[in-house]
Amino acid sequence: MMRYLAGRLLRALLTIFLVVTFAFFVLRLSGDPALLIMSVDAPPESVEAFRISWGLDRPVWVQYLRYIVHALTGDLGNSMRDGRPALQLVLERVPATLAITIPAFLLKIAIGVPAGIYAALHRNSLADRMTMLFSVAGFTMPSFVLALLLVLVFSVQLGWLPSSGSEGMANAILPIVTLGAAGAAILARFTRSAMLEVLGQPYIRAASAKGLTWRRVVTEHALPNAAIPTTTIIGFMVGTLIAGAVVVESVFAWPGIGRLLVISVANRDLAVVQTILLFVAATMVTANIIVDLVYGWIDPRMRTSPR
Amino acid sequence: MTEPLIDIRNLTVDFDTGHRVVRALHGIDLAIQSGEAVGLVGESGSGKSVTWLAALGLLGGRARIGGEVRFEGHNLVGAPASELEAVRGARIAMIFQDPSSSLNPVYRIGQQLAEALQLHRGMTSGAALAEAGRLLDRVGIADAMRRLRDYPHELSGGMNQRVMIAMALAGQPQILIADEPTTALDATIQAQILELLQEIRRDSSMALVLISHDLGVVAENTDRVCVMYAGRIVEDAPIATIFEAPAHPYTSGLLAALPELEGPRRPLVAIPGVVPEPWNLPPGCSFAPRCTEFEAACEAAVPPAVELARGHRAACIHARSGVA
Repeated sequence: MMRYLAGRLLRALLTIFLVVTFAFFVLRLSGDPALLIMSVDAPPESVEAFRISWGLDRPVWVQYLRYIVHALTGDLGNSMRDGRPALQLVLERVPATLAITIPAFLLKIAIGVPAGIYAALHRNSLADRMTMLFSVAGFTMPSFVLALLLVLVFSVQLGWLPSSGSEGMANAILPIVTLGAAGAAILARFTRSAMLEVLGQPYIRAASAKGLTWRRVVTEHALPNAAIPTTTIIGFMVGTLIAGAVVVESVFAWPGIGRLLVISVANRDLAVVQTILLFVAATMVTANIIVDLVYGWIDPRMRTSPR
Repeated sequence: MTEPLIDIRNLTVDFDTGHRVVRALHGIDLAIQSGEAVGLVGESGSGKSVTWLAALGLLGGRARIGGEVRFEGHNLVGAPASELEAVRGARIAMIFQDPSSSLNPVYRIGQQLAEALQLHRGMTSGAALAEAGRLLDRVGIADAMRRLRDYPHELSGGMNQRVMIAMALAGQPQILIADEPTTALDATIQAQILELLQEIRRDSSMALVLISHDLGVVAENTDRVCVMYAGRIVEDAPIATIFEAPAHPYTSGLLAALPELEGPRRPLVAIPGVVPEPWNLPPGCSFAPRCTEFEAACEAAVPPAVELARGHRAACIHARSGVA
């Protein structure tokens, strides 16, 4: 078990390292930050001075080695825009992002899982068809479309909720609903098919033949098995807690990591973008490890037999 | 003759596929006496399993069930869920073809056995676990108390079928329906499981319904056999009669396809053709297109079951004269 965990951890670190490396080179190939930040008509001497002061005049591999060595000591570089440490800039934004992604995550589970279970248990009923209709609508509709629709109804027409900003709790409601709806739709569909798969298994019929009530067959025999595949998708959703709200934060002008990412990419603010990608990779990888551990806990077939 | 333990009368099952309604059972009449061992033989899709799943209300929402299943003074067809739950496992237990997937993969063997014991005998969990160990021992699993902590995937198919049998015994049922209990197991294990079922029957007054596509298996383990074809019982007779004087050409066909252990070697004869689809049955006798005795009258009407002797019925127009 410890060896397995160590191997898993090593692979996770390798993944993060590869993501950081990839981001480093792609960012430097896709545009010159000096020209973007100094503006195009700046005198060539000051552009050159900017390059030298940020180390951009050196060969890329030297820049890369410097970056890695500094990163290992916890220094992820400074923002080219305001000179503050990138890590600090990113960490400042984490609470705002989590303030919408965590409630949205809970919303997804609270709606998606029961809806999927209900639909599976009442297969082909009107309720099932309606659930699946909403589900298809929910995950095919791009989040910015849903966001704009919600703004149109609740901000413009009804005037109940603000359309953007971050002054208070009311501002968070529309972003949370937008994020939650799409996730709930995916989760409902996933849970439904997992449930249907399990309900068709011989052990469900065998449990009924044993004399258990249908309620106990469902809650004690079907649900624990359906939880196994559903865990995968929920784990994936945990992985998107940090970076899953890029579009929604932009539409609602919510000052989270997603919005910072968009602005930093546009400005070629290298250190900030790299730091965000490092965070994203780390959460994804952590979520994956958690899923693996939870798997072993809920599915005895995944555990290695001690004998 | 005494009152039968269970009396199935004109049982029909229709499956609603959404596009059409398909009849899977065309009026089954079958009575089983207390302690009797009856075999149900036929090819896949002949309705052997469906008969018992219908009787226990285990077919799900798409099945429409007609007729009667009289058991202990009640009709199980259309009975409320609570009445069926009280019968399942406790009075009539069922074991299935694929033992390894009939056990829940996320629970230990002991938990699953204890669940049945708590349900049917009202035991506390501690007592149930101890009794579960005793039952495992009873069905021939060595080191039973330790095996209770195993998950189904840690046991072989044969062991899992023993666990299923133990679980069926937990309710001390009057009838055990064994639905192809050995089909998924290899030959040596098959013999052991059948031997175990015989042994249990000797020790208790439990009736056994052995569903199999293998007439040989049924012959060795039951007193009486019902041959099913396309949703009907075409012949119902004591084992000896089936072998000595089969009345239905389908039964004769099954016998001809069976290898003999003694006597001269002879080529095995297969029945030509395939079982018709339930939505595409031929007119009259369903077996007519494959029958060696076919004549025009066979297509006129479905032949009714005729009592040829005491305990011997057959549904064939040729059976009337007593020779097939």
